[in-house]
Amino acid sequence: MSDIPANLAIDAPPAQTRPAKSRGYWGGVWQRLRYDHVTLFCLALILLIVLSAIFAPWIAPFDPNKSSIIHRLKPIGVAPYWLGTDEQGRDMLSRILWGGRTSLAMGIVPVAIATLIGGAFGIVAGYYGGWVNMVIMRTMDVFFAFPSVLLAVAISGSLGGGTTNQLITLAIVLIPPLCRVAETATSQVRSMDFVDAARATGAPTPVILFKHVLINVVSPVLVYASTLVSAAILLASGLSFLGLGVSPPTPDWGLMLSTLRQSIYVQPLVCALPGVAILITSIAFNLVSDGLRQAMDVKA
Amino acid sequence: MWLYALRRLLMTIPILIGVTIICFILIKIAPGDPIKALLPPGATEADAARLRAMYGLDQPLPLQYLIWLGHVLTGNLGMAISTNRPVLSEVTRAFGNTIAIAFIAVCLSFVLSLVMGVIAAYRMGGLVDRIVTALAVFGISVPTFWLAVVFVIIFAVNLRMLPATGMGDSDSGSFNYFRWDDFKFALLPILALTLTPLGIMMRTTRSAVAEILNQDFIQTIRAKGMSEFQVTVHAVRNAMPQIVAMLGLQLGYLVGGSVLVETVFSWPGTGYLLNMAIMARDLPLLQGTILVLALAFVMLNLVVDLLQSLIDPRIKRS
Repeated sequence: MSDIPANLAIDAPPAQTRPAKSRGYWGGVWQRLRYDHVTLFCLALILLIVLSAIFAPWIAPFDPNKSSIIHRLKPIGVAPYWLGTDEQGRDMLSRILWGGRTSLAMGIVPVAIATLIGGAFGIVAGYYGGWVNMVIMRTMDVFFAFPSVLLAVAISGSLGGGTTNQLITLAIVLIPPLCRVAETATSQVRSMDFVDAARATGAPTPVILFKHVLINVVSPVLVYASTLVSAAILLASGLSFLGLGVSPPTPDWGLMLSTLRQSIYVQPLVCALPGVAILITSIAFNLVSDGLRQAMDVKA
Repeated sequence: MWLYALRRLLMTIPILIGVTIICFILIKIAPGDPIKALLPPGATEADAARLRAMYGLDQPLPLQYLIWLGHVLTGNLGMAISTNRPVLSEVTRAFGNTIAIAFIAVCLSFVLSLVMGVIAAYRMGGLVDRIVTALAVFGISVPTFWLAVVFVIIFAVNLRMLPATGMGDSDSGSFNYFRWDDFKFALLPILALTLTPLGIMMRTTRSAVAEILNQDFIQTIRAKGMSEFQVTVHAVRNAMPQIVAMLGLQLGYLVGGSVLVETVFSWPGTGYLLNMAIMARDLPLLQGTILVLALAFVMLNLVVDLLQSLIDPRIKRS
């Protein structure tokens, strides 16, 4: 029972109809991904961005917080400040490398938290149905009554700035959509024959939930979660832009855009740079999640 | 039809109650004791308790909520601390400015996406199709506030064609969207708002129209000798419910989410109000603005659903 292909329930052909040389589910996914050059390129790009954020302390040419009155607002492309300097004379390249740390963390950590919490609520709601489902899903519906940016600004505005509050805000905003996806997937799996069979053999509920339901719900939920990473990065940078994120000296792409706004008449190109970093990162995450969705054959 | 409308209306009520509960909680999760902030230094516990009773803060939370809800229902959203004016009048003044630019942006993206989406659906893999796909990815990936800054850099700093911020000499009352001297202030905010819905709407139109074009009845009407233009009209009409649903959603997102773009352009709408409330930690103003925007979003969804059932009679049966 435990070696059910992970995709059995979710719009993939049953195992028997696959060619005899099948390498299993993940082998098939990899086969499809291998020829998807756009996704592979974006995956490599994400890897590069993640690595340069992790290794920022070693590869950044300058201290990101060291300001200098005489080197303020240098243009792009002149040594030693290859990407120019900001309004306090801090090296832009170093700040963008360091800023990737908060921006990436704000994209990935809240999505992970929301996947755990939202996914758990969704599975419980989908599996038990009835009034449990009603209470959970109607509560989520109330959150859907807010456009996501508005909800984020509302919660963050009340809680105040700071990294922890930003994290809490993003997690709350992301829980309802993940809960809904998990609920839909679970209620589909719940009515499948193998779940009935497990129940008939007397398997206790936790075993059914973990061994039979969870394994089939995980892949659509994870694919959906991957589409939310870019949304989370955009939301987080927006909050930082409004002054609701990390506090000033810490480099963060959204906050950098906000503080550099005063200097657009002096160095327009330098001022636009942090936005380019956000844009590239978010495009890469979006394209990878599109590619994953296609390769894993999950409908959004 | 009426039965469906009534049922849909009734379904909205619990959502509305939920929205007010969340807005009420917003004030409660804010750190800091509001009473302590009001009292002068050296005030005794008894003073604090008296003040707390005066504001009704000694009551249990559900009762506080009901009292607050009563105020809201009579249009009393409290006073904005930063401007010392009633929150409701601040919000209503700003609301029109937000709706106006959001509405124009959505109309613009609707017309453009209809043209581009239909062409892309006809020529899958062609040049227009590729532009549509690229714009769709760009639209959902771009930080709108950065786009706004880039527009300011291009059109205001470099080309000096358009003003960078504000509303010019006019205020909310006398601003005339049909006069160029006024409208040029709104143009950049509108353009910055348009791109995201444009990308999403293009993709929706493309896939909806392509799906209809694959159906049997299209072949039938072609076989009957209809011109390709008439065929297109048929396809678009059948794709319309899906497109209208997306249109309404996007308008809602723009109205609720324009805080970043409005901040960049200092456009005096609800988003700018929110930004002001955040900067000054003006919680009544924050709460009131969010409440009005969320209620508007719920109402908009209601209208879109009803509109959809008017265009597509199949919906109300499900």
